Amino acid sequence: MKREGAGGGGSGLEWGAGSRRRLARSRVFEVVTLFAALFGVLVLAVILGDILLDGARHLSGHFFTNYASRFPERAGIRAPLMGTLWLLGLTTLMAVPVSVGAAIYLEEYAPRNWATRAVRANIANLAGVPSIVYGILGLALFVRTLGLGGSLISGALTLSLLIMPIIILAAQEAIRAVPHGVREGAYALGASRWQVVRHQVLPLALPGIVSGAILAVSRAVGETAPLIMIGAMSFIAFTPESLGDPFTALPMQVFHWVSRPQEEFKGLAAAAIVVLLVLVLSMNAAAFVIRSRSRLEG
Amino acid sequence: MIEMPVSVGAGSLPAAGLVRSGARMHRERLVAWVLGLCAAISALLTVGIVLVLASETVGFFSQVSLWEFLTGTRWAPLFQEKSFGILPLLSGSVLVALGASVLALPLGVLSAIYLSEYATPGVRAVLKPLLEVLAGIPTVVYGYVALTLVTPALRALFPGIGVFNAASASVVVGIMILPTVMSLSEEAFRAVPRGLREAAFALGATKMEVATQVVVPAGLSGVLASFFLAISRALGETMAVTIAAGNSPNLTLNPLDAVQTMTAYIAQVGMGSPAAGTLEYRTLFAVGMTLFLLTLVMNVLGHWVRNRFREVIP
Repeated sequence: MKREGAGGGGSGLEWGAGSRRRLARSRVFEVVTLFAALFGVLVLAVILGDILLDGARHLSGHFFTNYASRFPERAGIRAPLMGTLWLLGLTTLMAVPVSVGAAIYLEEYAPRNWATRAVRANIANLAGVPSIVYGILGLALFVRTLGLGGSLISGALTLSLLIMPIIILAAQEAIRAVPHGVREGAYALGASRWQVVRHQVLPLALPGIVSGAILAVSRAVGETAPLIMIGAMSFIAFTPESLGDPFTALPMQVFHWVSRPQEEFKGLAAAAIVVLLVLVLSMNAAAFVIRSRSRLEG
Repeated sequence: MIEMPVSVGAGSLPAAGLVRSGARMHRERLVAWVLGLCAAISALLTVGIVLVLASETVGFFSQVSLWEFLTGTRWAPLFQEKSFGILPLLSGSVLVALGASVLALPLGVLSAIYLSEYATPGVRAVLKPLLEVLAGIPTVVYGYVALTLVTPALRALFPGIGVFNAASASVVVGIMILPTVMSLSEEAFRAVPRGLREAAFALGATKMEVATQVVVPAGLSGVLASFFLAISRALGETMAVTIAAGNSPNLTLNPLDAVQTMTAYIAQVGMGSPAAGTLEYRTLFAVGMTLFLLTLVMNVLGHWVRNRFREVIP
């Protein structure tokens, strides 16, 4: 803002009409960019407000404890909520360790050659593959070839494959941000490679890895398309007890209710969305806090 | 590389150290092997996707000619009189992605300019994470928003249009990809060296002139990369288009019509759990392969442009 006068102010010359017009245009432009930035925030507020207004009246105790029902006033999200919590736990257990291991290998162990470069480029592209394509992969691989059917384990495996590239990318970035001096110092004291990784690199990279993993798992929790492909149920009246059980999840339930023409089910969908958003956005917030806090300390 | 530090690690007790380093060598090898296996699994993921898509796609094209698939103007694989022209699905995807781009690309770049050139650090620290929340909202939620908010608003503007139309899906997909454009463009603008701005100010440029004639051109490859990645995301979006766009494969470029995208078709067939080996099942893979290749090209272009820009500005 202070620099606006640079067009002629300092020199003591009179401002011509041209300069004034340019300055006016510059001010208008600033307002336009401000409105563009505020537009997104406004849209966010409208979306969240609308969903809360539509869904709030359905959010009662029995909404959490009842199963889905043909009668809107009796319907609840017990089965999809449990399904989503199962998926959350399983994808965390399956995707996170393998992805972090892969990231450590690529950053700390892999030889610097064309194969490593190809794998890295690959992972960046994998993160951009549409989720429904992972759904097709899950359908062909887990549901059909391995015969796991539309079970919890098929869903969890498919979602794990979907988020692995995202976790690997985040973990790679966190590991790469650890200063080289830390590694060299530890080597100079006689540490082995794994000791360097375990005691020096990983503790420093941990906040970045954890926040990336939380973000990725929150994405898995919100995914619908891959679950449709592997044949997750949309109407179910029991909670899954084991990995081989059929299941449903919150996004599937939302999709099912949104697709019903009756207005009452839209309200139920909004209520289920509120629960889903609380889960997903609080994970996002946790990731954000972990990341920004570690940045302050670094 | 592994051996050297291990041999030094024994410390002041050589005998015990030698024994320990033997065990350590084993552990080191085991760890390297396990980590390598993890990386191999992720590398195999690409091979898996391509192989799975390709195997059934080959089966599909043994029954339907590639020419019919690429040039046919009618998509009706589930009807009595079957027809396998992908153009209606392709036009549906392109139409939605185009509409989303019209909304998201200018808004995203303008917000990025505000965040990088005008916003104080405090404002930016609040605004940017808020805008990124839009990318964290599950896509099925955008489907709900399209149906209950956007479509009624559009019908107030254009009374003639149906409940399901491409425009409504375009609007929410545009909102969805807005953070992608904003984040990557902003990153590119902030990487523009301060000296370039200072030089322009010294020549008497206004803030707008600096932004549009110095910062944007210098960050242009980052902006382009954000466009490619955002469009790739729009093409791959499934839930909003399945819920709001109408699921009718029309060869049209009118956003007020109902359309079906490639992703929505895949989801529609997926909901019916098709039996393996049927032609219906194979269409999933042919359409999935087309979608995969399209988004892959967009992603590769995006990353290529982005890496080039990183080399230019140190």
